[in-house]
Amino acid sequence: MKVTVDMDKCQDHGQCAIAAPVAFRMNDEGRLEYQGEASEEYRFEVEEAADVCPVQAILVGD
Amino acid sequence: MSSHIAVVGASLAGLRAAEQLRAAGHPGRITVYGEEPHPPYNRPPLSKELLGGDSADNAEALHARVAFRRRASVADVDFRLGTRVEQADLGSGTLHLADGSGASFDGLVAATGLRPRRLAAPGPRAGRHVLRTLEHCVALRDELTPGTSVVVVGGGFIGCEVAATALGRGCAVTVVEPTGAPMNRVLGPALAAAVQRHHEQAGIRFVTGPSVAAFDGRERVTGVHLTDGSALGADVVVESVGSVCNTEWLAGNPGIDRTDGVLTDNNLAVAGAERAVAVGDLARFPNPLFDDVPRRVEHWSIPTDTARRAATTLVAELVGEAPDAQPFAPIPSFWSDQLDLRLQSFGSPALADEVVVDEGDLDDLGHGLLATYYRDGRHVGSVAVNLPPARQRALREAFLSLPSPA
Repeated sequence: MKVTVDMDKCQDHGQCAIAAPVAFRMNDEGRLEYQGEASEEYRFEVEEAADVCPVQAILVGD
Repeated sequence: MSSHIAVVGASLAGLRAAEQLRAAGHPGRITVYGEEPHPPYNRPPLSKELLGGDSADNAEALHARVAFRRRASVADVDFRLGTRVEQADLGSGTLHLADGSGASFDGLVAATGLRPRRLAAPGPRAGRHVLRTLEHCVALRDELTPGTSVVVVGGGFIGCEVAATALGRGCAVTVVEPTGAPMNRVLGPALAAAVQRHHEQAGIRFVTGPSVAAFDGRERVTGVHLTDGSALGADVVVESVGSVCNTEWLAGNPGIDRTDGVLTDNNLAVAGAERAVAVGDLARFPNPLFDDVPRRVEHWSIPTDTARRAATTLVAELVGEAPDAQPFAPIPSFWSDQLDLRLQSFGSPALADEVVVDEGDLDDLGHGLLATYYRDGRHVGSVAVNLPPARQRALREAFLSLPSPA
C-alpha cells in the first residue's frame, strides 16, 4: 500500500513511529523518515499510525 | 436481518466508532448524527495553528485543513450532519431529532462529547469567547489583533495554548487561574510553577489565586473584576474553565448514571442499558492500568481507543456473543504545544501524590525535562517537556509492564 506524509503538516510528534515502526522512524535529529510503500500485511499498524497522528498528516492508500 | 446502529456525535469519537463497527464486522446500517454542520475534524489545531494563522479563512475553509480523511470502509455510513438528537429512548430504540422526526435503532453509540463551560459571573457577553468548534476559532482569531488585551480565564492546557498563541499574534496576555500555577492539577505544583516562570519570561502574565467576580463593560466586555478586589482591563476574554458533558439527550432513561459523563463498564457498555456503548470524552470507565475507579479521560488518544473496544462490545452483544474477556487498559496520552515547549503526557499524572524530576532543570525547560509521577509509590504517569520523539516509545512502554492492582 502507498503511504504519504504531508511534510508541511508533520510536526515530528513521533506517534506514527510508535504505532508502525515498520514504516516510520524518527532519526537522530528527531525528524520523521518514512517508507512510501508498505507491505499489505502491515495495514493494521499503518492505519493505526495514520489514526494517531496528532496533525493527521498521514495518508494511506488502498 | 441485520441491525441498525446509531452513533450520536460526529467528532473524532463518532467517526472512529463508525470505522471500528465496520472493522468489528457489523454488516448493517450505520448512521452518524452530528450537531455541527461539518464532517468530523481534528480539534487540537483550533488552539494552535488555526488560531495563530494569519488567514482570513472562514470556518468552512479552515475545515478543509483539519478534516479527518474518510476511510473506504465507512463510505456507506450515513452522516446526518447539522442534526441534533434531542432525546434517545433506549427502551424502544428510538431517537427524537431536533427537526421533529424520529429514527429507530438496534444499537447505540453515545459519542456526544463535551461543550465548554461558561462563567456565571455577571456582565456583558460580547467580547467573551470559548473554544471548541471551528466557528469559535474563527470568532476568536478575528479579535486577536496586535496590541489587543486578552484575559484568559483558566490556566489549563487549552487556556495556556490559547495564551501562547495570542502572545504570538502580538496580544498582551494575562492568564487568571484560581487554583495556582497553570496546569497544576495535572503537572503537580513544581513543574506547573516552572512552566509559569517559562511563560512569564516570554511575556505572558499570570494572576493566580482569585477567580472572576464580574465582567466590566456595557455593550461589550472591557475588563474583569476578580474576587480579591483587583481588576484587569481586557478587550477580549477567553473562558477556558472546563467542560460540560453533552448527555442531556439521554435523560429519561432510568438506570443510566449521568452524574459525570456516562458510566460504563470496562467494555464501554453503558451501565443500566442494553445494546448501548459510550466512547470518547464522556465515557466514564474503569481502567485497570490504575485502579477500579471509573473516570472520564479528556485526552486526544481516548476516542480512538474507546471506539475500538466499544465497537467490539456492541457488535458482540447484537449477535448474542460474549464481550472481549481481555481487560481494556488504554494508556492515556496527550500533548500540548505552548510557545517553544512541547509537553507530552503518558499515563495519568493527575492521579499522582509524588513527582520526581528525573532529567533536566526546572529553570531551563527548553532544553528538555522528564518527570515521573507516582501514586502510593507506583508509577502512574510521565510528563516529557521538549524530549526527542525517539524517547516516547520507552515512556509509553513503561506502562505496558505495570503490575495489575491487587
